[in-house]
Amino acid sequence: MADTPLVNVTIDGMSVGVPPGTPIIEAAKRAGVLIPHYCYHPSLPSPAVCRMCLVEVEKQPKLAPACVTSVAEGQVVHVNSPKAKAARQGVLEFLLINHPLDCPICDQAGECELQDYVFQEGRSGTRYDEYAKRYNPVEDFGPDILYVPNRCILCTRCVRFMDDVAKAPVLNVSERGDRAFIGIDDSQLLDHPWAGNVVDLCPVGSLLSKDFLHKARAWDLDKTASICPGCTQGCNINIDTRDDVVVRIRPRPNLEVNRHFICDVGRSDYRWLNRGDRIETPLVRQGDRLVASDWDPALDHVAALLETLPGTAVLLASGRAGTESLGLVKRMLGARELVAAVKVFLGEEAPLAGVPNLALRRERIPNLRGAEMLGYTAEWRRALAALPEAGVIVVLDADLDADEMAMLERAPGALVWLGTVLSDAWRRAEAVLPITNMAEENGTYVNRDGRMQRYQQAKGPVGMARPAWWVAGEVLLGRGPDAGAPATGDEAFALLGEYWPAFAGPTYADLGFTGRELATAPAGVGA
Amino acid sequence: MGYPHPSHPRETVVLSKHFGDPAARTFQGWVQRGGYQAIRKALEMGREPLIELVKQSGLRGRGGAGFPTGLKWSFMPKDDGKPHYLVCNADESEPGTFKDREIMRWTPHQLIEGCLIEAFAIRAERVYIFVRGEFTEIFPILEAALQEAYAGNAAGPNIFGSGVNIDIVVHRGAGAYICGEETAMLNALEGKRGNPRIKPPFPAQAGAFGMPTTVNNVETLAAVPHIVNNGAEWYKGLALGNPKSTGTKLFSVCGHVQRPGNYEVTMGFPMKDLIHDLAGGMRPGRTLKAVIPGGSSVPILTAEEAEACLMDYESIAEKGSMLGSGGMIVMDDTTDIVKTIWRYTKFYAHESCAQCTQCREGTSWTARVLERIIMGQGRTSDLDLLLDLSEQMTGKTICVLSDSCAAPVVSGIRKFRGEFEAYLSGSRAPALQVV
Amino acid sequence: MTHSNASPIEIEAHEPVFVGKTRKQLEALYPSYPTKQALLLPALWLVQETRGWVSEASMAEVGEVLGLTPAYVKGVVTFYTMYHTHPVGRHFIQVCTTSPCGLCGAEETLQAILRESGCAELGTTSPDGRFTVVEVECLGACGFATPIIVNDDFIESVTPERVPGILARYQ
Repeated sequence: MADTPLVNVTIDGMSVGVPPGTPIIEAAKRAGVLIPHYCYHPSLPSPAVCRMCLVEVEKQPKLAPACVTSVAEGQVVHVNSPKAKAARQGVLEFLLINHPLDCPICDQAGECELQDYVFQEGRSGTRYDEYAKRYNPVEDFGPDILYVPNRCILCTRCVRFMDDVAKAPVLNVSERGDRAFIGIDDSQLLDHPWAGNVVDLCPVGSLLSKDFLHKARAWDLDKTASICPGCTQGCNINIDTRDDVVVRIRPRPNLEVNRHFICDVGRSDYRWLNRGDRIETPLVRQGDRLVASDWDPALDHVAALLETLPGTAVLLASGRAGTESLGLVKRMLGARELVAAVKVFLGEEAPLAGVPNLALRRERIPNLRGAEMLGYTAEWRRALAALPEAGVIVVLDADLDADEMAMLERAPGALVWLGTVLSDAWRRAEAVLPITNMAEENGTYVNRDGRMQRYQQAKGPVGMARPAWWVAGEVLLGRGPDAGAPATGDEAFALLGEYWPAFAGPTYADLGFTGRELATAPAGVGA
Repeated sequence: MGYPHPSHPRETVVLSKHFGDPAARTFQGWVQRGGYQAIRKALEMGREPLIELVKQSGLRGRGGAGFPTGLKWSFMPKDDGKPHYLVCNADESEPGTFKDREIMRWTPHQLIEGCLIEAFAIRAERVYIFVRGEFTEIFPILEAALQEAYAGNAAGPNIFGSGVNIDIVVHRGAGAYICGEETAMLNALEGKRGNPRIKPPFPAQAGAFGMPTTVNNVETLAAVPHIVNNGAEWYKGLALGNPKSTGTKLFSVCGHVQRPGNYEVTMGFPMKDLIHDLAGGMRPGRTLKAVIPGGSSVPILTAEEAEACLMDYESIAEKGSMLGSGGMIVMDDTTDIVKTIWRYTKFYAHESCAQCTQCREGTSWTARVLERIIMGQGRTSDLDLLLDLSEQMTGKTICVLSDSCAAPVVSGIRKFRGEFEAYLSGSRAPALQVV
Repeated sequence: MTHSNASPIEIEAHEPVFVGKTRKQLEALYPSYPTKQALLLPALWLVQETRGWVSEASMAEVGEVLGLTPAYVKGVVTFYTMYHTHPVGRHFIQVCTTSPCGLCGAEETLQAILRESGCAELGTTSPDGRFTVVEVECLGACGFATPIIVNDDFIESVTPERVPGILARYQ
């Protein structure tokens, strides 16, 4: 632990103590002062080229670049002195002389650091008039990325990311002086599995995602903190929605999990969250038909089924289901013998070489660890094999292929389907209950390292859909306001903790936005 | 000597003694002229006394920065067990300067011997001589001299039986003025873009390939054997007054003089005499207008300032300029000061590495404003704009290229404002056609 | 940068540069540097000496030999002005026009060279393929204005009068 004494500095009048070696720009954050910058990034090596972060340090004759100047005991730093502000204003003016007036057509508008700082402290007009601006045509850098050289401020974050974090040096700075631009070789385009991060890193609208091109304005977006459902890494993300439609996924910083990055798979795989072919009302079997129903009668029907039907149970769950849903649905099946399985899709691993323990994982579901802790098995075959004997079959939104659907069709047991999207497989079900997908509810995932992280509701439910944990809670504990069934994710999580000691203790508030590692309990204990 | 002119009696010929003498290029020729004694003396002397000697002599970096050489050598670690490097800066590209080329093409062994002595002192077993790519005449001369030095056991393993190994490699640059900046040179050596590095870390801590390195200019290195041979007192004695500027300096005099060339004089020599006497003075009917004393990166002096100036680091600094590389650009009354300065800013804009915002954009912008002025399209606000841009470009970047672009602009406007105003008012015809 | 739609027949297969003697020349340099990366500038010089210019295919080849990506090599090549990234005339002329030479008639010398060489403008090759003329920054020979470099010949003190005689040497 830190026996090394902290270094005390004063920044814009506020005193802070920070570990030795901390750059002034980071110390300033602790003091609540944001030093404007472009090329600096906490996950990249600092080249100090943009010159925005120059600050005045008392007793030093020249302005110091805060991103590469370490704190010294007793330093007095002025971020907003007239000298420092004048220097920043100079940098901004220089950056704008060749920068096109593209704001009306530029994707970055509204979340552009050039706009932000110019608005905050730039000149109100340019003195670079009557001169032509440098012009270069837009370039296609690869699968999802466009490069607009005219807007580039040569901060070189993209080059440093590919060089030092992705360890695939396929971007360069070409030419010299004001002719410089970011270059790429035709033989090696930007198809690295983590290349999409350069779009986020770009402070301006120079590197753009084709997927997001001209799709939505930044100020129309609602941003919700969530967790990527793409694999067991559990990268922290923001889900950006506009009018209740997910339009973009971006990384959210978490120094313990994904630092500032997400892979291109997680970034691009969000369209399923917007699917329109949804089950919109509960359906209950009446004879040979499934009839739309209200929640209460549907829940009563399911509760009755589970009470009366004998025999073993099979629970086929989607790996995208949250921990609360997985746990409470399993619990809902009562004391009978049960095979509960979660379907794991596999893909190739793609590490981000420059960050320890960060990769697109082979297991392409977000909650494998959570499922295992709750007693689910990943051996899907085992569950399928148990189908013919099962008295009750519950499907928790699992994505079944044609063979699996045929097996389900043949199995005699009573089928209860909790699902998001329409499927032929539930045509023989006793009850079909519409549930929310992970963007439409609050819940948690446990990543491969045992970190429990919250995902939050980013858009409204479709139709009458409710979270699966709510459904299970109602069935388990009863309908009505006095029954004690969980009404919020927090309550569902607390209820989970009552059944599984591994989850007892922390509340949603404790998990916060960056999650918390749980002490591991052996799988299945407390089930 | 003011090669190609014969030595002037008022020169103090040390480094340039054998300029123009092809026989001095050979190993034997150099030995006959007293060469390869100093290295033997240095090997015997030992490292610490050697470094102390160079410190005492007051030798300062002759590339432009004027940093005390012995002090620079003493920054190198003593016992770290890492490989050390000496890089000789032969990238001479400062406009107005052409002295290192002469040292290399006439007396390559003088340079080699200096490299050997310093390499020994700083515990470097490898020396890279970084020569700018345009020095096509010099490469074969240097390579031949090195071959002879190896054959004569002056370079390579176990030099002169001392047990010391010193390998010397010539590394060719490829066209970038910025590589004359020591950290940019290290990047070019390592096979990277020639971008200057942020300091700290300094080269003595982490230089070439991350190892302790010292970079020194050709002229600085060439002076070392003479200091070893003749002692610190002798070198200090070659100063006409200011004890902080010792020894001799090769001044590259060019521009509007009758006898352009390199003149070796003791520090403190009067600039007036160098221009009007040694270099032959003005062309018939012309008068002195301005002088840039130390390469285009230093402020311009008016004729009066120049003629009252002594040539050492402190005296020129007092006059508001710098001794720099000693590249003296002399301008007579036919000179269009504004156009001359414009062409300098074009040079800097071409050479900017593109890292720092102020330099990348400011050098070009400055050049464009000046271009408009000499096209007759300038505005009165342009002068204040230029001064403001120059202020933004000074003291705010990783290296001093942008400061160097600002220096002639600021000093030019301050001291020759009338010339700018003549363009702005239209009383002077445009020097360039509008394109 | 531009995506060419040239048919395969038009794109010539790249003849490797680093074979035989040239390979040996490069390998002879290996002991002089602690990293392969440091051989980049010398390797590019070998390419230019052998082929007259540095093509993208050559850049890729250098990258392969030294363990560097083509993009990396390109970034370095485009930084340094002396590497030609397209073919030039048989004789490449560099003329210094920076101010110290500018004060001593460099403009006139440059114009004389342009006229005599037959090049329509700077940076282009003469119709007979003989010359390419470019303007360069300070060549470090300011006392010998105006210096020019033709191929590897550094020629000092060039005046308009001397130009025809000098250029005649280069057929």
